Amino acid sequence: MSETKTYTVSIYTENNIGLLNRISAIFQRRKINIESLNTSISEIEGVSRFTIVINLTEERMKKIIGQLEKQVEVIRAFYHTDEETIFLETCLFKIKSDLLFEERQIQNIIKESNARIVTVNKEFFVLEKAGRRSEIELLYRELSAFGIMQFVRSGRIAVTKDEMKISTLLKEFAE
Amino acid sequence: METQTIKLQDTAVEATQRITGKEAIIKCLLAEGVDTLYGYPGGAIMPVYDELYKYREQLHHVLTRHEQGATHAAQGYARVSGRVGVAIATSGPGATNLITGIADAQIDSTPMVCITGQVASHLLGSDAFQETDIIGISTPVTKWNHQITRASEIPEVMAKAFYIAKSGRPGPVLIDITKDAQFEEFDFAYKKCTAVRSYKPVPKLDPDAVQAAADLINSAKRPMIVWGQGVILGKAEEEFKAVVEKSGVPAAWTILGVSAIPTDHPLNVGMVGMHGNYGPNILTNECDVLIAIGMRFDDRVTGNLETYAKQAKVIHFEIDPAEVNKNVNADVAVLGDSKESLAALLPLLEKKEHTDWHNRFKEMYQIEYDKIIKNDIKPEKEGLTMGEVLEGINEVSKGEAVIVSDVGQHQMIACRYAKFNKSKSNVTSGGLGTMGFALPAAIGAKMGAPERPVVAIIGDGGYQMTIQELGTIFQTKVPVKIVVLNNDFLGMVRQWQQLFFDRRYASTELINPDFVAIAKGYFIDAKRVTKRDELEGAIAEMMAAEGPYFLEVKVEKEDNVFPMIPTGASVSDIRLE
Repeated sequence: MSETKTYTVSIYTENNIGLLNRISAIFQRRKINIESLNTSISEIEGVSRFTIVINLTEERMKKIIGQLEKQVEVIRAFYHTDEETIFLETCLFKIKSDLLFEERQIQNIIKESNARIVTVNKEFFVLEKAGRRSEIELLYRELSAFGIMQFVRSGRIAVTKDEMKISTLLKEFAE
Repeated sequence: METQTIKLQDTAVEATQRITGKEAIIKCLLAEGVDTLYGYPGGAIMPVYDELYKYREQLHHVLTRHEQGATHAAQGYARVSGRVGVAIATSGPGATNLITGIADAQIDSTPMVCITGQVASHLLGSDAFQETDIIGISTPVTKWNHQITRASEIPEVMAKAFYIAKSGRPGPVLIDITKDAQFEEFDFAYKKCTAVRSYKPVPKLDPDAVQAAADLINSAKRPMIVWGQGVILGKAEEEFKAVVEKSGVPAAWTILGVSAIPTDHPLNVGMVGMHGNYGPNILTNECDVLIAIGMRFDDRVTGNLETYAKQAKVIHFEIDPAEVNKNVNADVAVLGDSKESLAALLPLLEKKEHTDWHNRFKEMYQIEYDKIIKNDIKPEKEGLTMGEVLEGINEVSKGEAVIVSDVGQHQMIACRYAKFNKSKSNVTSGGLGTMGFALPAAIGAKMGAPERPVVAIIGDGGYQMTIQELGTIFQTKVPVKIVVLNNDFLGMVRQWQQLFFDRRYASTELINPDFVAIAKGYFIDAKRVTKRDELEGAIAEMMAAEGPYFLEVKVEKEDNVFPMIPTGASVSDIRLE
């Protein structure tokens, strides 16, 4: 058996209710854990894009792509390694405003981490950080010491270094 | 999938009419050429049933006794006719009762459209009476599904449903329609669906792949074909026969592939898999080129994959790209529709005989005949065997009958020994192994091929899972022949208990009712046979009967089906005893 790797799966689909269920069922049935999942619009009008991160052997990965593409409303599915994509996650920290003024260290952390303050009010401020998982985790550890009121991290979003050729594919489908 | 041109198809409604959703559903069915559908009414689907009443002259609705029966009947209809089977049910339990049949149709690639009623759209998610999330429940076992909440969606969605169900690798589609959408009025116009943007049902044939396949076949010394239902679904029987005859390659079948070419064809070497024939199983591991056509290397076919045909180059003709390299890696994959692919292959093949290699299959058959087949079909012991019943049916049917089998020992015996002259003659639950399939499937099969004799072969266990469909047979007078091979056991499970669980017969012995009395209770002619000298006459009487007929044959209680590849063993480790 080949080794397990982290793959980013990009699925171009129609935008229909129930498709998320159909796609996640493909993983669930095979007891494959979804590390993260993001859905959004894509570069093509009316076409949605799923970005799913999973850990799998390449052999199984290929079979999953086959099962995904078999779905009527899936236009095309691709898988890529980390090296083949530009990817990041984003996260939000909600922190007590007092700390911003009382703990000088926090200001240094914000500066060094390239995090951005989204909003500040009397009670709390919200910090946004986009980047690699390790950067976000580092920031999380640093801020934990002061107390985090709320934390949330998004799923991975990624674009590939290579072209996806979806528009060409859609033309082929139309023929 | 459609083989017959139905007049109604040509009259697909073009002009716009203001009608209700419920009537639109009927008009869609008629436009798709549906003449028969199977179902069970209930609250959320009652508006559609009201229309079925109005359209009863054009659309034959068969009331089954359980929604599961409706799906299996629709499957039986689809499998023999090559058309889309249609089942209809209400929301909640009506819808969930369809699931087994839908899952069966999904794994056996049967084109089917299921229509379910749903609670009114303003009640969705409120735990209303008979509300269930049938879209969520059916998603993993449907090729496509969709919920309609506005009548205006009906024509397009219904057209898409039929197109998806029958195109490419066929499968089941479920359409859920809320009750308010059934009542809503809208401007109806119907247009058949011919394409869906994101869906490519048939991969484009690659001439280079066909050439590579031909080269491998032409240079092979010991080639072997294993074909599956893809040949039948692709209506490629003629092309397939021509390929087999020109190449001279011995051809073996999976249980869903059988009947694509006649049983007696000299190059038909029998069945592969767990209870398949000795020769094709053993020689799978000796051939130099394995040509898989429209089959998916199910684990019941391959046994242990680690030792399956490792010596052979594998060519895989397949319509579904997800099947290629799924279980067995293909050296050459020819993606496409079987009819087109085989037609392209034929002119590239050299005319060959492979006589010595073919003789190996004959030798193996002789070993199997002496050890097993003879005792199965011409037994000398006192107890009746399942095999001799099949042999008796063959003698009367001459291979012209549609054989519908359930799941278990009798199914393996039916597939092993039934003779077939025509394609689409074997209807069985292959992938899912659904006990209870045969009785309702036989109803649909007879309605899908009314000119052909239809014989259901069922075990005493599976029979009692859908025995209520005797009511459907009685009410519709559909002349199916029902044969229950009764060994008072769940025979296949008992066989495994004997072989692998040290004869601990946990919950496999059945105390059975008087099956003849039950059939007679439904006013179906019935007979029980317990002795060999009664068998021939009883089969003749059954086959000659004009109406439905029930025949119970009391067979040996503890007979086993051999050959057998134990689970996880290699195909070449097939056991003769």
